[in-house]
Amino acid sequence: MASKVIHAYYDDDDVLMHAVKKVKAANHHIEEVYCPFPVHGLDKAMGLAPTRIAITSFMYGCLGLIVAIVMMNYIMITDWPQDIGGKPSFSYMENMPAFVPIMFEMTVFFAAHLMVITFYLRSRLWPFKKAENPDVRTTDDHFVMEIGIHDNEAALKELLSDTGAVEINSLEK
Amino acid sequence: MYTFSNRLKIGSIILMILGAIGLGIGFVSAPSTVEEAKEMVAAQDDGHGGGHEAAASEHGEEVAHDASHDEHVFHQLQNRPWSALYVAAFFFFMIALGVLAFYAVQRASQAGWSPMLFRVMEGITAYLVPGGIAVFVILVLSVLHMNHMFPWMDADVVAHDKLLQNKAGYLNPTFFLIRAAIFLGGWILYREYSRKFSLAQDEADDNSNFKKNFRISAAFLVFYLISESIMSWDWIMSVDPHWFSTLFGWYVFASMFVSGITVIAMVSIYLKSKGYLPDVNDSHIHDLAKFMFGISIFWTYLWFGQFMLIWYANIPEEVTYFVTRIEDYKLPFFGMVAMNFVFPLLLLMNSDYKRVNWFVIMAGIVILAGHYLDVFNMIMPATVGDQWYIGIPEIGGILFFAGLFIFWVFRTLTKAPLQPKRNPYIEESRQFHY
Repeated sequence: MASKVIHAYYDDDDVLMHAVKKVKAANHHIEEVYCPFPVHGLDKAMGLAPTRIAITSFMYGCLGLIVAIVMMNYIMITDWPQDIGGKPSFSYMENMPAFVPIMFEMTVFFAAHLMVITFYLRSRLWPFKKAENPDVRTTDDHFVMEIGIHDNEAALKELLSDTGAVEINSLEK
Repeated sequence: MYTFSNRLKIGSIILMILGAIGLGIGFVSAPSTVEEAKEMVAAQDDGHGGGHEAAASEHGEEVAHDASHDEHVFHQLQNRPWSALYVAAFFFFMIALGVLAFYAVQRASQAGWSPMLFRVMEGITAYLVPGGIAVFVILVLSVLHMNHMFPWMDADVVAHDKLLQNKAGYLNPTFFLIRAAIFLGGWILYREYSRKFSLAQDEADDNSNFKKNFRISAAFLVFYLISESIMSWDWIMSVDPHWFSTLFGWYVFASMFVSGITVIAMVSIYLKSKGYLPDVNDSHIHDLAKFMFGISIFWTYLWFGQFMLIWYANIPEEVTYFVTRIEDYKLPFFGMVAMNFVFPLLLLMNSDYKRVNWFVIMAGIVILAGHYLDVFNMIMPATVGDQWYIGIPEIGGILFFAGLFIFWVFRTLTKAPLQPKRNPYIEESRQFHY
């Protein structure tokens, strides 16, 4: 990462999208874009890799299903196969319909919660975390594009001012 | 404009002819006397090691009971071609009705993605007329005692059955046919008017036809939910007149809804592959596949909701329904859960797969086969019991109605441009991407 960066400010998401495409076309690496709200298609324009969080969720769901099956099989069939109201506790399959609500809920529980935790870990979010926004306006009505400077400050600034930036600052990081 | 390709037309006519032959063989080979039925069962039992007769003689049952059993089997064997006809007729009719419900939902919710597919849906719902007539004729023939699919229609049976006597106020042939006529009339009326307004909207210079369509669609959905529920009691649940279930109407609805959506997707993909729907993109198919996925799970939810409640409480008057199915229909009964739930769940979960057209077609074929089995499992255990088999009459029924369905649907598709011109949402639908 460059030690000096440029922050280009925009006040419209359409202008920002065009700017991102233009900067990408000029082969500059965009370090980060700060937005007050999700801008549809920004990830594609920046060339970010698609998320794999749905895949982790599927695996967590499978894990939850296995946990439910193993738990109910051990408790209800293996450990103490008691006759409760005539339910057939001879094998797991015979009494399976009674376990399905648990199997379903455990699958959803694992899939949802572990996915959320994965999201927090991967995006480094936790309580008391120091906020990373470079300018408070990025949470309200401004967009900031951050680009590293590699001895090309003047050219970069010119390019960025062409893209409709309302403010361009360079700063040490 | 779409032109009905000759190959498809000839193919559908061949299907109808083959199906009619299959059904004819079924009717001809059904036994006409109790003796014939006994011979048929005996011939079958030889192959299976003679379980039936041996078990009966072992218990030393009375001769009178044997005779009534023979007659029972005779009726079951006689019912088989009728049931094969009825299951196939209802299955294809229910696809058209499911598409009609989906179409009305799209209209009433003013969905922005689907107007591009309205003509495809209207083409499929055109089958309501011939399909509805076929089902209605079968129901009339049942009332005329041509078959024994509906036990409560038989005055002798009702005379000895207190339960059926108490239900006679609802389950009587006249009222039954009047209800069927009202439902079919209402569905077809909505379909014809909606189609009329839809075509008129293309030529109009204001949106009044669109608004009329919105209003009648909302009204239709109210009528549909009530009539569909009662239709499922009448046409399906009443083959088991001693049994009742409250969520049955929803269950049948889910089955027809998912089959209908699947057929919309398959017909759209077919027409797209022939170049007739240039503005339908993978995102439209993706949305339909999402519906196929979601409603498949909804169907499973209702299937399991019905099964598990009855299994858990195990009240004898309700549970016989599932006892007969699990004993005599184990493979179709649980096989359809795999086909209608596990298969679409694993295949259509991935977002990328929903955009792969041949993948959607493949999943669609399994879903449709699964829902045919679903209707099969609803009707057959009551009408033919353990004498079921998916043989010539059943396949003949499927082929005949599949041929009729393809012929009628694609014939209707030739009658109007495949893409609406002047719908307020048509541009949004054209640009739709996900």
